[in-house]
Amino acid sequence: MSEDKLPESHGSAGQHEVATHGDPFADPGLPAHEPRRTDIDERAAKRAERQVSLMFVVSMLATVGFIASYVAIDADKIVYIFPLGHVSALNFALGLTLGVALFCIGAGAVHWARTLMSDHELPAERHPIEADDEVRADVIEQFKTGAAESGFGRRKMIRNTLIGSMALVPLSGVVLLRDLGPLPEDKLQHTGWDLATPEHPLPLVNMNTNKPMKAEDIVVGSLTFAKPEGLEEDDEFFQQQIAKDALMLVRIAPENIKDKDSAELGFEGILAYSKICTHVGCPISLYEQQTHHALCPCHQSTFDLADGARVIFGPAGHPLPQLKITTNEEGFLVATGDFAEPVGPSFWERS
Amino acid sequence: MSAANSATRGASKPASTREKPANKAEAVADWADGRLGIYSLAKANLRKIFPDHWSFMLGEICLYTFIIIILTGVYLTLFFNPSMGEVVYHGSYAPLNGIRMSEAYASTMDISFDVRGGLLIRQIHHWAAIVFVAAMLVHMMRVFFTGAFRKPREVNWIFGFLLLFLGMFDGFMGYSLPDDLLSGTGVRFMEGAVLAVPLVGTYLQFFLFGGQFPGTEIIPRFFTIHILLIPGVMVGLLVAHLILVFYHKHTQWAGPGKTEKNVVGMPLMPVYMAKAGGFFFLVFGIISAMAAIATVNPIWAYGPYRPDQVSTDAQPDWYMGFSEGLIRIMPGWEIRAWGHTLNMGVFVPLMVFPLVLAVIAVYPFIESWVSGDKREHHILDRPRNAPVRTGLGAAWISLYLVLLIGGGNDLIATHLHLSINDITYFVRVAFFVLPVITFVITKRWCLGLQRRDREKVLHGRETGVIKRLPHGEFVEIHAQLPQDKLHKLTAHEQPLPMELPAEVDENGVAAKTGVLTKTRAKLSRGFYGEGSQIAKPTAEEHHEITSGHGHH
Ligand code: FES
Repeated sequence: MSEDKLPESHGSAGQHEVATHGDPFADPGLPAHEPRRTDIDERAAKRAERQVSLMFVVSMLATVGFIASYVAIDADKIVYIFPLGHVSALNFALGLTLGVALFCIGAGAVHWARTLMSDHELPAERHPIEADDEVRADVIEQFKTGAAESGFGRRKMIRNTLIGSMALVPLSGVVLLRDLGPLPEDKLQHTGWDLATPEHPLPLVNMNTNKPMKAEDIVVGSLTFAKPEGLEEDDEFFQQQIAKDALMLVRIAPENIKDKDSAELGFEGILAYSKICTHVGCPISLYEQQTHHALCPCHQSTFDLADGARVIFGPAGHPLPQLKITTNEEGFLVATGDFAEPVGPSFWERS
Repeated sequence: MSAANSATRGASKPASTREKPANKAEAVADWADGRLGIYSLAKANLRKIFPDHWSFMLGEICLYTFIIIILTGVYLTLFFNPSMGEVVYHGSYAPLNGIRMSEAYASTMDISFDVRGGLLIRQIHHWAAIVFVAAMLVHMMRVFFTGAFRKPREVNWIFGFLLLFLGMFDGFMGYSLPDDLLSGTGVRFMEGAVLAVPLVGTYLQFFLFGGQFPGTEIIPRFFTIHILLIPGVMVGLLVAHLILVFYHKHTQWAGPGKTEKNVVGMPLMPVYMAKAGGFFFLVFGIISAMAAIATVNPIWAYGPYRPDQVSTDAQPDWYMGFSEGLIRIMPGWEIRAWGHTLNMGVFVPLMVFPLVLAVIAVYPFIESWVSGDKREHHILDRPRNAPVRTGLGAAWISLYLVLLIGGGNDLIATHLHLSINDITYFVRVAFFVLPVITFVITKRWCLGLQRRDREKVLHGRETGVIKRLPHGEFVEIHAQLPQDKLHKLTAHEQPLPMELPAEVDENGVAAKTGVLTKTRAKLSRGFYGEGSQIAKPTAEEHHEITSGHGHH
């Protein structure tokens, strides 16, 4: 882009540089300094001085108060303070005393600067950031000499291989990160329910009572949470397991179930869906009885549990996976296999 | 002292022409100067001039909150245990007694309830972080709307942008460390987002978490990144940022005696030192008081994280709210082909998120390319005198706010009794429409203000005094503005838009104009063309009106 095509400015360029006589817009220059009250009135100055010192004294007192609160107030003492409600007395006292101690130092210093220190405005010159042409030429000359002595420009093979090796060497750093974690393999495709087989079905255990459940325990319109039998809270991998296994049981009057395949997977209207949202994996917890809609509190994906957990609103991309359940000979609800598809957020390898 | 003495005593010493120090302090300074060269260093800087304007405090707030965060952060690391190993809680907070939780959560509980003052420091740390990000954002807006990012300060704009970006992420990680129910939900969100990356997402997730979600690695890893990696980079950037501020010297508003070649203000010592130093204590004091009064992130109310549980007001800190908004308003598109799933519903927001930020990061380069202006600028633009820039900034803020509404749609729904679905539909539309509307309104507003300035310059200020003319007409007396005001209102430049080169050159040969040049000319017309500025009054116009033949 050549310089002559660059835009220029309206109005005379030198407008505010040369104060031509009779130019009403010319820069009148720095205004004269106007003295403050404290500059001319010795009593006002004395008062300001006392005010500043007072603030510093208040700060000292507040620090003493801070230490006293630390020693005197028990950590578990709760007090009622309007309008904050019930708060920790220690936190309240420490915070306020510290706040006052710091604030008063600041207020004192600022007040001092504003009233007593000189408020003469001074101009200082700026120098252009760019070097002048002589320096520029000199530096470029020196660089050229250096470059020529290295033969960097002449020996192209050295240059290119150097660039290549420099570009590749950071890869070692990336490779070293490999052992941060195991490979995904097919771990995301399975849950803890894959221990279940038609021969050895796995009972569903109520999340709250920790007991196996019978079909009649679940009333129409209710939502119950379950986990596979054998998964205990103090197991080493409990968190990781429950992040995939968590189950949500609803019972819907069979005539209200719209999706026939979904009804088949359930037992007498009891449907077992993954509790983990297929969006980014929050647990779903809000259920509306009349509409059979389940809502994820994180980004409001809404699933119609009566219709195969189809997504009817929100950012989730596919329905909640459903677990096939039935009852065993004692009448307890059991699963006979894993979910047909992976639970939780979707990922590249998910088919 | 010894240095001073020996200088006079030692026979083999080179003769020093320096005067004897007048007192102990000078002697110490002399000693240090001999080793560190402090006199030459201080010469340029002791009385360095800083211009004063309230908005310059915004940057200071950023600096001071950052210092507060580091101070309190060091304290917290002394007590915090960044481990996901499980323990059963037996602390002084009775409601959680006997509950299983990670050591990270348990030690945060201890900091909050058993370490005296621990809760206070935790609260100061969190509040300071919130103020830090807010101040950076507002500071950035100040720099944007006044054009302070122009040459020679573009690099510093980038540094500042990186600081904001890193600050946001470090905030997210710090917020995740206590491993409470709310923060765990945020980490789960991150896992879903990583999984949505095509091709390598699954691997990234396994390497990041050291296995399947949540595993036992993520908190310790976040800890290292939160306290070491990101703050380290940030300290470096911050120092560079400040060195450049020092080197470039502050910008200033146009006004009497202020030019592009000087900087007018108060000297570093003592006024600026006292004011800025005092301001640090003011900020620290206010944040301490906030920590005493307003509870932030009460993790005990949420409980420890369990992947199968969630609390209803699952909300990130506000500065992450716009990413949350993006993910909430995006329709759940999933593309499935050849046995693979591309999760557009998460991946698209994941890509738009940095884009929304990056657009503002490269803005200085866009503007200087459009204007073709290669000069240094130290006088600030009043926002009204750069209507397009101001409009763009306002549009960007409106986008941010819309997404914040999207991110908090559940809270808005419950508080204002609206349908959550309606809010989401509204945000989906507003995401595209509102920035445009905001841009148009802001630009017109600026032009209106420019018109008013012009009016003021030419006809003076309304005095409120009504005069009756001999023939019965009532007029309001206008008072001439003093010269410093006139200068202030007319000091800005008004760039002309770039002209396209002639279709044919002087020899009659058709000149080729590239697409890039054409775009640039078009943008330039948008920025500086007729509809984008009101011609400022000229001295002749002013003269004509004030010479007595005018209408008042
Ligand atoms: S995780 Fe459920 S909607 Fe996002």
